[in-house]
This record gives sequence, C-alpha cells and structure tokens, in this order.
Amino acid sequence: MNTMETAAPYAKLHTKGLNLYYGQKHALKGIDLDMKAYKVTALIGPSGCGKSTFLRSLNRMNDLIENVRIEGSVFVDNVDVYNKKVDEVQLRKKVGMIFQKSNPFPKSIYDNVAYGPRIHGLRDKAKMDELVERSLRQAALWDEVKDELKKSAFALSGGQQQRLCIARALAVEPEVLLMDEPASALDPIATAKIEELIWELKSTYTIVIVTHNMQQAARVSDYTAFFYMGKVVEFDFTERIFTQPKEKQTEDYVTGRFG
Amino acid sequence: MMRAKNLLGKAVVTFTGACAFVAVAAVVWIMGTIVWGGHRSITWAFLTQAPSNGMTEGGIFPAIVGTFMLVLIMSLVGVPVGTITAVYLSEYVDRQSKVAQIIRFAVNTLAGIPAIVFGLFGLGFFVNFTGKGMDHLFSPTGTLHWAQPNILWASLTLALLTLPVVIVSVEEAIKTVPRDLREASLALGVTKWQTIWRVVLPNSMGGILTGAILAVSRGAGEVAPILFTGAAYFLPHLPKSVSDQFMELGYHLYIMTTQSTDVEKTLPIQYATTLVLLMLTFALNFSAIFMRYRLRKRRVFA
Repeated sequence: MNTMETAAPYAKLHTKGLNLYYGQKHALKGIDLDMKAYKVTALIGPSGCGKSTFLRSLNRMNDLIENVRIEGSVFVDNVDVYNKKVDEVQLRKKVGMIFQKSNPFPKSIYDNVAYGPRIHGLRDKAKMDELVERSLRQAALWDEVKDELKKSAFALSGGQQQRLCIARALAVEPEVLLMDEPASALDPIATAKIEELIWELKSTYTIVIVTHNMQQAARVSDYTAFFYMGKVVEFDFTERIFTQPKEKQTEDYVTGRFG
Repeated sequence: MMRAKNLLGKAVVTFTGACAFVAVAAVVWIMGTIVWGGHRSITWAFLTQAPSNGMTEGGIFPAIVGTFMLVLIMSLVGVPVGTITAVYLSEYVDRQSKVAQIIRFAVNTLAGIPAIVFGLFGLGFFVNFTGKGMDHLFSPTGTLHWAQPNILWASLTLALLTLPVVIVSVEEAIKTVPRDLREASLALGVTKWQTIWRVVLPNSMGGILTGAILAVSRGAGEVAPILFTGAAYFLPHLPKSVSDQFMELGYHLYIMTTQSTDVEKTLPIQYATTLVLLMLTFALNFSAIFMRYRLRKRRVFA
C-alpha cells in the first residue's frame, strides 16, 4: 500500500462540478476536489458553508434527505458513485462514516461492533470474535473494554462511545472514513485520543474530516480545503493553508478574524 | 357589589366542581355496585367450571377461554398487519403524498365506524363471502364448514376494528427512533429494510406492545362485532379449532341479562362476570400505561 505514497498520491476520491440543492437553496456550488489515498483531508469553514453537506455527498447519505438534488460527479476509485448502476449500499460499505454525535446502538459493546459484519453475512463465531477485537484495537478501545464486551454501549464515556462508533465502522472493512466533526462533543483528553487515532488510521484508510477546530485541522490533516458559502475557496497542503494562504478570505478565517 | 361578585365566583366554582364530580361519582358507583354484587360469587369453581342448569348455575370457564382465544387470534393477525402498515406509512411513503393521505384518511375512518357495522361487515364478508368461497373450494359436496360463524371470523372482524389503534401507536413509536441510529446503520452499508428490521422495529418494541395491549383491551370488551360472526349462546365444550364457535365474556353477560330463563336468580353470576371482564380489561390497560411509562423513561436515559 505504500507504493502509492512514494509516487504522486492517488486521488481515492474526487469530485467534479458537484452542485447540490436543498429545494431552491444552492448549497454546493461546482466543487472540484481531490482527496488523496492514505492521507487526511480536512474540510474547514464557518457554519453553513457546506462542508458537512459535501462530506455526506461522498457516501450518498444525502440521498436520505427529501428535496435534495445533486448535479456533477463524485468519484471513488474513478467510479462515479451517482451513476445509476452504483449501489449506494455497497458504496457505504466501502466509504464509512463517523458522525458528530456518537450514536452507538442500544446494544452491548460487542454487538455494536458485530452489527455490520453480522448483517453482511459473517456467521463464524471465532472469526467474529477476532474481527471485533481487531476493530476495537484499531480504534484504541480494546484495552479499556476487553473485560466488559457484554456491557451496554451506553455505559461508556462520551469519548469511548465515539471510539466504539469508529470501531463499528472499521468492522465492515471500509477503505475510506468520512468523519463529521468527530470530536466536537468531547473534552480535550478524549479529543486528543481521537486525533491520535486518526493519525494512526491514515496508514490504512483514506480519511476526510470536517472540523470546526482550526488547531485540530492543523494537527491531523495533510491537506485542507477551506469552504465558504458553498464553494471551495482554497485547497492546499495543510501547512500552506495555515501559514501562507493565497486567498484573503482563507487568511481571515484561519487567523480567526471571522467565522 | 363586592359581595355579589364573590358569591357568583363561588357559585361558578361549585357548579364546575359538581360537573367534574359526575365522572368520579359514576366510576365509584359502577365499580362499587359491581364489586359489591360480584365479589362473593368469584370462586375457583366459578372461574373453572362451565355454566350448568340452563346457565343459572356453574361458572364462566368457556367464556374466559373463548375471550382469550379470540383476542389471541385477533392479535396474531392485527398486530403484524398494523405494524407493517405503520412501517409503510412512516418509512416508505412520503408523508405529504396522496397515497399517505388516503391511507391515513382510511385509518381514521375505520376508527370511527360503529362496532355493530363491523359485525355486519364480518357476517357479510368473512362468513358469507370468504367462508362460502372456501367451502366451494374445499368441499365440493356442499357441506357448510367455513360459511358459518366461528372464532376465526370473529377474530378477524375484531382485528379490523382494532387495526387503527395498532397503526397509530406503532407509528408514534417509530417516529421516536432517533435519526442518528438509522444513519449509523445505513452508513455501515446496511440496506433500508435491514435497518428497519434490526434497528427501527426493535427500538419501537414498546410501542408495538402498547398497541397490541390497547387493541386487546378494546377487543376484549366489544360484543357487537362478534355477535353475528362467531359468538355462541351456550357451548358445553371449548372450541377445538378455529372453525368452531365460542363463548365470550361480554356476550355471555348480554345473554344472561336478556335471554336467561331466570334473570333474578343469575344476578350474582352477572355481577361476577362483569367483574371478571372489567378486571381483565383494566389489567391490560394498566400494563399498557406501565409499558409506555417505562419506554419514556428509557428514552430519557438513552
């Protein structure tokens, strides 16, 4: 997998002229963006700028919302996911998602992680145990919960619940992880853990993360896209976005002058 | 002037209070009379024996069993159909669409149809139409088997009557399942139907049970729908199959008060039968309330 990293990074996802309308409201305006494999791409911008909407377009979660119309293309491994032949259910297996508010099922820790694979047909108990353990380890939660896998997921702290949701997403073996402000509801220590985790996960996964927190974007991402009023104002290496942005708007935002 | 105003105020309070008291008085009166008149007759023998001696003696065992079988078959049919309808209404059809509006209108209308009309409909549709059709198919010799009142037709008629109750409470429960949970499931590459089956319905179980219990408590108290569709005046034995007739508590009470050979003599039995019927429906209503309370509490913690 590292061959990709040495050469010019391969765009695991890219969009071309992506427009999205909520009824009359034009929420995304012609977005072209590349998201490289095994890299973290951060989407930043003020509330209502379209970054979350954009993220949800990547695994077609916006299909669930009424009155949404989408034009243009989203490519995952060069396949247009809005092509009629593409099954959105298969797409979502490949492109997993972590939500802003941790949303474990009212089930045990084990059953939360096993939920996806079980529905996708894994019946073998030993293999399931192994997969649950591996997923929880990857989400840096195993050591904290290994003795209480049968306990309700609600017994966990907020940060643990969010890592459980990450483990649950990893258990269906996706290639891309979309994260929608995954740490915005967590305290600084839990946030640090999630950020550390993102850092580790990017060797195996392509990650796109929406964040409100500028420092977080600077810490975890390789690339950053600044969204404003439904457009990508600037997209570059994270370092450059934060130290020498080309656009005045970007500079104003990252330095905290508006937003 | 001041005094007149005060007086008027007091009069209004007294009058409105007296009106409100009517409801309390009615409950106390009804319950008091029934408990007073019936409690002595409720014995083990009364609950476990068949009526005897022209229904002036003995117990109400066949009526209790008949009532249970009736509401059981009713629930086995009505709860799944009502639940599936609620799923369709809340998950598969646009709330504002014509189809949804038509279904909702039909459900509301169904809830407003008088019970006796259901009874007549059951007689016409299930007994005379469906039953006759089945007899034509299964017994070419022309013997009557399905084309007569039985517990199956009575249960189906009741299921229809109680369908709106189930639909409404399941729909309410489905609405309270957080969007977060659905999205969590869908984002794992799980299909919509699997999400409904694995996430939405298990999390609506309280509402489904509440709907079932409300339907049962409503169904157990209705006489009119089973009048022509399956209830028997007197049966010395219990129904052996769904094509048998059956005795039922409410209907038994009606028979004893209007058709008995000796109404005076059976009075204690009538009180006791009423008491059993009331206790049954109350128990069901209270368990529905309790379940809804538990559900609400759990939602707060989750």
